[in-house]
Amino acid sequence: MAERVASEEVSSAVLEFEAADVRYEYERVAALQGLSLQVSAGERIALLGANGSGKSTLLRLMDALHFACGGTLRFRGAALTEAAMEDDGFALGFRRRVGLVFQNPDIQLFNPTVFDEVAFGPLQLGWPRAEILERVHATLAWIGAEHLKDRAPYRLSGGEKKRVALASVVVLDPDVLLLDEPTASLDPRSQSQVIELLESWNDGRKTIITATHQLEILGEISERAVVLKSGAVVADAAPAEVLANTELLESANLIHSHRHLHGGVPHKHPSPYLRHEHHQH
Amino acid sequence: MSTGVLGKTVRGFSEALTQTLVAEDSAHGRGLLQALDPRVKLVGLLALVVAAALSRKLAVMAALFGLGIVLALASRLSLWSLAKRVWVVAFGFTFMIAAPALFLTPGVAVYRLGSLAITAQGLRSALLLIARVETAVTLSSLLVLTTPWMHLLKALRTLLVPVEVIMLLAMTHRYVVLLTETANAMFESRQSRVVGRLNGQQQRRLMVNTGGVLLSKTLEMGNQVFLAMQARGFRGEVRLLNEFRMRARDYVAISGFAVAAVAAVAAGR
Repeated sequence: MAERVASEEVSSAVLEFEAADVRYEYERVAALQGLSLQVSAGERIALLGANGSGKSTLLRLMDALHFACGGTLRFRGAALTEAAMEDDGFALGFRRRVGLVFQNPDIQLFNPTVFDEVAFGPLQLGWPRAEILERVHATLAWIGAEHLKDRAPYRLSGGEKKRVALASVVVLDPDVLLLDEPTASLDPRSQSQVIELLESWNDGRKTIITATHQLEILGEISERAVVLKSGAVVADAAPAEVLANTELLESANLIHSHRHLHGGVPHKHPSPYLRHEHHQH
Repeated sequence: MSTGVLGKTVRGFSEALTQTLVAEDSAHGRGLLQALDPRVKLVGLLALVVAAALSRKLAVMAALFGLGIVLALASRLSLWSLAKRVWVVAFGFTFMIAAPALFLTPGVAVYRLGSLAITAQGLRSALLLIARVETAVTLSSLLVLTTPWMHLLKALRTLLVPVEVIMLLAMTHRYVVLLTETANAMFESRQSRVVGRLNGQQQRRLMVNTGGVLLSKTLEMGNQVFLAMQARGFRGEVRLLNEFRMRARDYVAISGFAVAAVAAVAAGR
């Protein structure tokens, strides 16, 4: 099975992920309900959805950390099952090709120093020492954190933690990068830094799947937007098309209208994100 | 900050967190034990702990305890910190266990407290138990305080400790840090919403309720950390950038530990 993954060549025709009627329950609560989705190599996809829509669960299934209760999820044709991941060859090949950046960097950063953190993945995959040293230094330079290499991750700022968490996965140079809310809780400057890093890393052949509910970064991170609601796909289109569909966004709880008074006259704003929206006071 | 049970608990958690973090700092320091191969430290200090457990003479125990202090000083560890974190706590717990032996062990009375008599044999038994625990805990602490956690796990693995135990230890370490962080935040959050003074019963109820929530929260977080480790290829085997390599000083050290342990066992009979 490992050979099957290793022998695959990345090309635009290759299906990276194929989810068919995937169901997943968490403590008897349905998190994914018959979700179907196909992801081709080199695509940049945004998974949009409100809290609890199933975005994070889907990413964890795609990273083979959880496994579907029903339906099938395949990576390059190989079913992602518990049994498959028990095979060391398959598991290491998969981990080499698919990386997940967790939403909460405090969960992801568990090593004593930043350097150890970035070196953790390559060490687990058994890379040669010289290559690990070279790649870790290069990756730290890439995120502008060489001066932080001896610092303990828990002592970093929120933006620094996020960049180190990103570096700890990107150091493996995976073909597929899964990002769970990469810019959540970051100040505007740190948000821009993370997005710029992602843009500079992607050589056009990487598959990047980003779960987010921040519509303002949609155009920068994706060419395809998949909207999830209650654990199923409710829309799959170009970002501009999705952003133009106010009804869809409202029904998926991605935007909300609010009412307020201007000069004593009550009126309604449908969305702060839809910049084409004009209203008269 | 309240001076009640809640306030003390918050401070306790903060101190526990600080101590966990300081331990990692001291493990990366420059000192005698930090410079040794973790396997040597593990085997050597463990041998001294076993020697302390087998010894029946106070003088031998005192010598092992003294050796522990010398090693701590040579490893640039703070004796004050060691006293606060290790000796006082170990003494408190051991004394509670040893105290009945003072009065219940038959022998020659050396001091009377009303109708109860402290016997010479009881006093010796209690002192022996306290000395044995203090020495063992001191030597074990030296290992933890001078060895980065991942190196310690790797050393255990090279000594054929099963992968399952290593994974359990790895998770426990991270779990402790998460537990203290979460507990601290939860207690501070509670404190910010408490008006006036709570009586003892209210504080205890609050603590019990918080403890339950805390346990479920940290279990969930511990699980998340494990997933994060798995996501980057962790499969239970600890891998380090610098593989352990025995040098001349390590051979000298393991010989020294062996001589000290054998001598202590022989003299302590």
